[in-house]
Amino acid sequence: MILSVRDLKVSFRTDDGLVRAIDGVSFDLAESEILGVVGESGSGKTVSLLAVMGLITDPNAVIEGSIRYKGRELVGLPPRELRRLRGNEIAMIFQDPMTALTPVYTIGWQIAEQIRAHRNISKSKAMERVEELLAEVNFPNPHEAMSRYPHQLSGGMRQRAVIAMALSCNPALLVADEPTTALDVTVQAGILDLVRKLRATHKSAVVFITHDMGVVSELADRVMVMYAGRIVERGSRTALFSDPRHPYTRALLGSIPPLTGAKPRRLPAIPGSPPSLLRLPQGCAFGPRCPVRYEPCLTGKPDLGAATHAAACYRVAQA
Amino acid sequence: MTDKDRPILETRSLGKRFSIGTRFSAEGRRTVHAVDNVSLTVRRGETVGLVGESGCGKSTLARCLVRLYEISDGELLFEGDDITSKSLSELRPLRRRLQMVFQDPSASLNPRRRVGDLVAEPLRIHGKLSSREIASRVAELFDLVGLLPDHVMRYPHEFSGGQRQRVGIARAIALNPDLVVLDEPVSALDVSVQAQIVNLLADLQEKLDLTYVFIAHDLSVVRQVSTRIAVMYLGSIVEDGPAEEVFSTPAHPYSQALISAVPVVETTPSGTRRRIILTGDVPSPLDPPSGCRFHPRCPIAAERCRTERPEVREFRPGRKVACHFPTV
Repeated sequence: MILSVRDLKVSFRTDDGLVRAIDGVSFDLAESEILGVVGESGSGKTVSLLAVMGLITDPNAVIEGSIRYKGRELVGLPPRELRRLRGNEIAMIFQDPMTALTPVYTIGWQIAEQIRAHRNISKSKAMERVEELLAEVNFPNPHEAMSRYPHQLSGGMRQRAVIAMALSCNPALLVADEPTTALDVTVQAGILDLVRKLRATHKSAVVFITHDMGVVSELADRVMVMYAGRIVERGSRTALFSDPRHPYTRALLGSIPPLTGAKPRRLPAIPGSPPSLLRLPQGCAFGPRCPVRYEPCLTGKPDLGAATHAAACYRVAQA
Repeated sequence: MTDKDRPILETRSLGKRFSIGTRFSAEGRRTVHAVDNVSLTVRRGETVGLVGESGCGKSTLARCLVRLYEISDGELLFEGDDITSKSLSELRPLRRRLQMVFQDPSASLNPRRRVGDLVAEPLRIHGKLSSREIASRVAELFDLVGLLPDHVMRYPHEFSGGQRQRVGIARAIALNPDLVVLDEPVSALDVSVQAQIVNLLADLQEKLDLTYVFIAHDLSVVRQVSTRIAVMYLGSIVEDGPAEEVFSTPAHPYSQALISAVPVVETTPSGTRRRIILTGDVPSPLDPPSGCRFHPRCPIAAERCRTERPEVREFRPGRKVACHFPTV
């Protein structure tokens, strides 16, 4: 196992009381596996991965549970130790490449800096490596691109530069947080291709966070669906998409308009909106929006269980 | 001509130019053709979906359609009446009939005012209603868009994104418009909330006999709401036709690539969809390519495409394409 997360809980102390952003998340990730994490805003998909990266620095955050990377516990690891891992063995790609790059240095300089922070090599060697990396992420003219500043590149190119930076030290684990959300579909298709290719060549394990079910169904080996800080369904891509079990997963899939075939007159929409973490409903968090809720849902929080394809729902457990 | 076929809005070779830079900047003053030679007809009761990548000019075109931008070239006709260069005071009676909904409801709603007040504003400006009549109209509008009566006293920040967009819609339909231009109305919303708003728009269209121009980058949403699709590339329309047909048999290579790039949930992974991956990026509209503007990225570009710009032509009744070698 590259990554093993057990009963992860992340809470934030706020003026309005303790907000639990992540409430008992557990998952494993094997070598060269792509895990898709889907959920709406506030579902906790980003916070759980920031916790894995040790990037939650808010003094009001409380992190509980265990995060093991190659058997080594990351929770409570001193920042110095974490920095040695981050950008080296564990890399991250963010949604907005413009904020991940500094506008005042060239692309080449920024990637080389990253390499030299982790590897003891000369500047010219690092620059050679940068050129290789940019070629690998399909820059048409890598040598020229090295001397470009972020604002001189298009959104797709910037995201490729960020990916090149993430790959610079051959990470064993790559965390991608909505890396294609800000991009056009034609550019997105190219980036998804690239992620697939990199998994094959670098054997990196990838955690891919997105709200787009379509992207997940094309890319992921396994899928985790999150809602209000908990995993509501988990399974292999084929199992989850051919036999979605949790009412939320089903409803979410149903509310996406089809691109081919008959057009429904009305979309089967989910009523209401995702709950505020400050005012979570009693019992199952999806309860108030769920079409099949019954008495147990009002009081208890259903567990996910240990099965490979599992849904945290009393109805599913009952069936 | 029946009422249905009568165009409500029509553009003839419409263009919008922006000049950027100053004579002191490195490249001097330059002109961007954000919208170039667009001829589009919107008929009563239709929903025309405008699609294309970011920077293709769809939002600029939308703003030209409601005269939020001054039009640089060509003509804009509303019910056959040329409104291209009407003054603001001449436009005012038309504003009531031409409304717009924006992408980000939190940016288009004044955070310091109660939402009931925001929805009442167009009624106060355009109508000759008493304050009691205005209050009852606001209540009626809130009911129409699925908000509760006691929501009128709330401020925008007290609502979720979906509810805020409902407020934006209520405001746009307050004056019983004929045409509503919707610029990415569901893009900022969560997937589960998007469907609610898409349904709401469909219901309102039916109830109030509205005509929509709908802009979105999410093609499956556009397909759901539109009766006709216009595909834009670098400021021009490259394909125009009935939504179903354009999606099932796109004629322009760009439309084909765009539609094939949309990731879809396949319950049985078969790999039957052929994906066309475009090379390169959208060129800068400051320095558009010669000939067909799509040729540097086009998988079937020939010599002719590099030199000669294809005209928009109707290859079948109701279907138009601007390509030398369309798939027909």
